[in-house]
Amino acid sequence: MGRRLADLFHGRTSLQVGGLLAGPMGWLVILYLGSLVVLLVASFWSVNAVSGELQKTFTTDNYHELLNQSVYKTVAFRTVRIAALATLTDALLAFPIAFYMAKIASPRVKGLLLVAILMPLWSFYLVKVYAWQTMLASGGVIDWALNPIGLNGPGYGSTAVWLVESYLWLPYMILPIYAGLERIPDSMLSASEDLGGKPWTTFRRVVLPLAFPAVVAGSIFTFSLTLGDYITPQLVSPDTQFIGNVIYSNHTNNLPLASAFAVVPIIVMVIYLGIARRLGAFEHL
Amino acid sequence: MSRLRAHPAWMPAGIVVGLAAIMLVIAGCGSSNNNGGSSTEAQKSIGPGEGKLNIICWAGYCEDGTITKGVDWVSPFEQETGCQVNVKIGDTSDQMVDLMRTGQYDGVSASGNATARLVEGGDVAPVNTDLVPNYKTIFPDLKDQPYNTFDGVNYGIPHGRGANLLMWRTDKVSPSPTSWSIILDPNQAKKYSGHISVYDDPIYIADAAMYLKAHQPDLGITDPYELNDDQFNAAVDLLKKQHPYVGDYWSSYLKQINLFTSGDDQVGSTWQYQYFTLLADKVPVAAPGPDTGYVPTEGATGWSDTWMIAKNAKHPNCMYKWMNYVTSAPVQAQIMQWFGEAPAQSTACDPATVETADKALGLPPDPKFCDNYHAADPAFWKRVYFWKTPLADCGDDRGNSCKDYNDWVSAWTEIKG
Repeated sequence: MGRRLADLFHGRTSLQVGGLLAGPMGWLVILYLGSLVVLLVASFWSVNAVSGELQKTFTTDNYHELLNQSVYKTVAFRTVRIAALATLTDALLAFPIAFYMAKIASPRVKGLLLVAILMPLWSFYLVKVYAWQTMLASGGVIDWALNPIGLNGPGYGSTAVWLVESYLWLPYMILPIYAGLERIPDSMLSASEDLGGKPWTTFRRVVLPLAFPAVVAGSIFTFSLTLGDYITPQLVSPDTQFIGNVIYSNHTNNLPLASAFAVVPIIVMVIYLGIARRLGAFEHL
Repeated sequence: MSRLRAHPAWMPAGIVVGLAAIMLVIAGCGSSNNNGGSSTEAQKSIGPGEGKLNIICWAGYCEDGTITKGVDWVSPFEQETGCQVNVKIGDTSDQMVDLMRTGQYDGVSASGNATARLVEGGDVAPVNTDLVPNYKTIFPDLKDQPYNTFDGVNYGIPHGRGANLLMWRTDKVSPSPTSWSIILDPNQAKKYSGHISVYDDPIYIADAAMYLKAHQPDLGITDPYELNDDQFNAAVDLLKKQHPYVGDYWSSYLKQINLFTSGDDQVGSTWQYQYFTLLADKVPVAAPGPDTGYVPTEGATGWSDTWMIAKNAKHPNCMYKWMNYVTSAPVQAQIMQWFGEAPAQSTACDPATVETADKALGLPPDPKFCDNYHAADPAFWKRVYFWKTPLADCGDDRGNSCKDYNDWVSAWTEIKG
């Protein structure tokens, strides 16, 4: 058997390559894309309320419910809005930092800043979210810092989710922008200056257009990670639902409905990636 | 590279062969956990223990000394039987059903809103009560109930019962509430806007229905779990009006403890476990006391829990041993006082047993515990509506016109907005 197999592969380079590729391809096609297909198929099934048994006959009821009940639209828009806000915030925060690192800082400072940016990634995601939960509690650190100037912390809610998501994913925005800015030769900035460009003009007409695809590349991370997060909302916004929470709370009793709702972020991401591709983000990943 | 392109037709073939091999491997792995057929018959005898037991418990039911030193009835069981217990705490009935369906667990302390689903889904096996000697002395009004017996077949051993609690921070809420109105009447709830804590589970709709049963008798609600369209919509509307004032839909008891400790939560529905934990931590909380019979004026929703055994349990003998152990008088006397519930085991109420348990737990002697918790008072339990799975079949002359659990789940999503 072994010898015959060896004979089969002998001299057939393409067969050998194909066989080697089967592993990663199998991972991608069967486990990764396959599970997405199962998800899609399941979204057209229904479920027995008591036994939890799947009824594997085609129905579009789940999609009807998603379209007819306003709550699902509210939740989807809320999630997309927070994802967009967190992305925008991260872009605004990340750009100056990345610019300083790429163009101004000395190699030593640059190294230190890189470590500082990567440092939060060393600690576990949950630890960070629980830390924020404690900080945002009434009478917590944030209240304590703001009360002397007559303000209150945001407390728990959508604002808290926006803050925490922006914090969590900031490194994923800084790094692509930093890499993008590194690629812009300094001579271009000098050329712009020589041609009479004021700093703001240089930034607007030279740096920004060249670095924008990198910002979009970073935004793919911040946007998709926020879109799929359901633990942060659970911990810092116990009274509002996001897409992930609705899927989570439905997956035991009504897997088909949860599957149908899970198609929403997929569609959002396909649209987002389509736009990102047009803006040239994929050359910067 | 050019050599690779020599026979392009072979490349797909290679991929197909490789994929087929992978599929075979996956399929092979998948069939290894099949435990050989389904058993719908209860076990006939108990063999020697398998050395291991995986169970799903409500918080406070399966203490092994790790959370509070000295509070431990799991370790003696392990020593006695050689069954090493692996405890998984479930936060909601949904989660418990979910966990049971993974097939990784031998048993569960299931509440009434999980039992029917577990039986219907074929996740649990009937229980041979003859193999559980302690079953004999369990309170008769807990035996053969609709949430533990199906078509005349026993599917579990009763564990204990209790009412969901109304709890408040005494430093933030005054006067002391005696009615659920404080969180369910929008005019009163407004006062604690953002600080109201509500159990995050579709079954909470029954709390609203129970409230309406008392406050809007014209709706004709008889059973808060069997609601027709009008009754259901009224309950859902009430909870939608409550929504703006809710600060926290809790599904993790630990999260609720944190939020009551910090003062973010000031009044809400809870379990005895959180209440006693907070009291022990010196957080100023209170709940209706013995003077009001431990429940607000409308009554309360509650639970009556049942130990069930998984149909394909890997350690069935250990599970039977556990079911007998956990319903023995000394253990029940400890659990009931640690958790704060009425025991299922009548002999656990013997004053000497209660005091021995107090000593073991380091609590002051409380020989009247069972009286306070109405353990042997069937009349009291008429005001407590035990969780059960809502079905389309109303169970009375209304026929199949009631909202089933799927309706409850989607309504709950809607309520939370």
